[in-house]
Amino acid sequence: MSKTYYDPADLRKFGKISDWNEELGSKFFEYYNSVFKEGALSEREKSLIALAVAHTIQCPYCIDAYTGDGLQRGITKEEMMEALHVAGAIRGGASLVHGVQMMNKVNKLDG
Amino acid sequence: MVTKSLHKRENALAQSKKQLEILSNGIFQNGELPTFKDKIAETGQFPLKAKTLEILQINVGYMCNQVCEHCHVDAGPDRKEIMTKETMQQCLEVIKNTGAHTLDLTGGAPEMNPNFRWFVEEAAKAGIKDFIVRSNLTIIRANKKYYDLPEFFKKHNVHVVSSMPHWTRGKTDKQRGDGVFDKSIKALQELNAIGYGMPDSNLRLDLVYNPSGAFLPGNQTSMEKDFKKALMEDFGIQFHNLFAITNLPISRFLDYLIASENYEDYMYQLVDAYNPAAVANVMCTNTLSVSWDGYLYDCDFNQMLELPVNSKVKHISEYNEDLLEGRNIVISQHCYGCTAGAGSSCQGTVA
Repeated sequence: MSKTYYDPADLRKFGKISDWNEELGSKFFEYYNSVFKEGALSEREKSLIALAVAHTIQCPYCIDAYTGDGLQRGITKEEMMEALHVAGAIRGGASLVHGVQMMNKVNKLDG
Repeated sequence: MVTKSLHKRENALAQSKKQLEILSNGIFQNGELPTFKDKIAETGQFPLKAKTLEILQINVGYMCNQVCEHCHVDAGPDRKEIMTKETMQQCLEVIKNTGAHTLDLTGGAPEMNPNFRWFVEEAAKAGIKDFIVRSNLTIIRANKKYYDLPEFFKKHNVHVVSSMPHWTRGKTDKQRGDGVFDKSIKALQELNAIGYGMPDSNLRLDLVYNPSGAFLPGNQTSMEKDFKKALMEDFGIQFHNLFAITNLPISRFLDYLIASENYEDYMYQLVDAYNPAAVANVMCTNTLSVSWDGYLYDCDFNQMLELPVNSKVKHISEYNEDLLEGRNIVISQHCYGCTAGAGSSCQGTVA
């Protein structure tokens, strides 16, 4: 067994998850491929959203995949970093917005 | 930023034999990845055979004013291999009689060959439908003697095809050298000013995009849209088509892949993206590449790897289109570069 949880080489084996459940695996990949097709949003926009989400959920496979995908699409490192700051702002904001709850509680108990 | 060719630096990878060894050993020798021969055999496409000639590509020399990081020619100011007038004369005999619809001059910077203008003037007389010169753009601004090149191209109805790795300065200069982006923009504006690249203009101006690192090109149509939007908004520049070309793992790009520890991952990417539909239209089946010294190759990449055509006819002086048709194409693992995804050729995607 591998001594680490993540192996970069495993990313290209992603499709193998269908080996143990063909029906659900196929449905998932069909859905996945449809999601990333051009629609109301461009493929480029979806790639940047995926990159930001990848960092939010801290998935190393997804980070590798959507950094590579962005480079292929000509997305610049400046654009990638801005997308990450959107993720960072939402994550940070999610903590800080709970400050209102804290303030409400303080005001109620000790106001 | 490199300033000298692998040849000048006496780097081991300047030798084609060394490159071919690398491409045949390691992951391809131990069976981790299939060889290109085995891969195309799976779909009954081995041996690849040359069809009727459509494109005659002539490399008039390896000298260039730039030293691009990923150049498959290992071109640069220090390369002295230049086609002589005598070999050009032999090429002209072929150009007059070929059935090919496209004549494609490349280098190095083809304009640096001292007989370039004479050759273009003579070749244009043959009336080949599509006459391409692969110009790196900066040559037009490199020296006063080249300033009139746009007018010269126009006079001979030359189709200009130029490299442009990105619509931003940073990514372009990283790959092609400091200042290349600004000079290229200026050259494109000059070409536009005399009609090149304008909508409905017969003066064709196409751009070539190849990735700046160890990744494959994205969708050609999407990239073209992005390039057109950015170049128009930022600089008012127009062009006709964008050709997305995959970097083949040879010469300076191979050196870069190895030095950056990306070689194996890149070969995996190419093999994973293998597309049998691209094999059916791969450019070596309708192209012939002529080197600066007149020898014949299936493509410019094979020329750089010194893999000559598998035919009795080896040199432009003994050219015979009928004998060359149907020859078996010489292949190695670099060929995966032309069959990945939507395929890749000097004219862009093929599938």
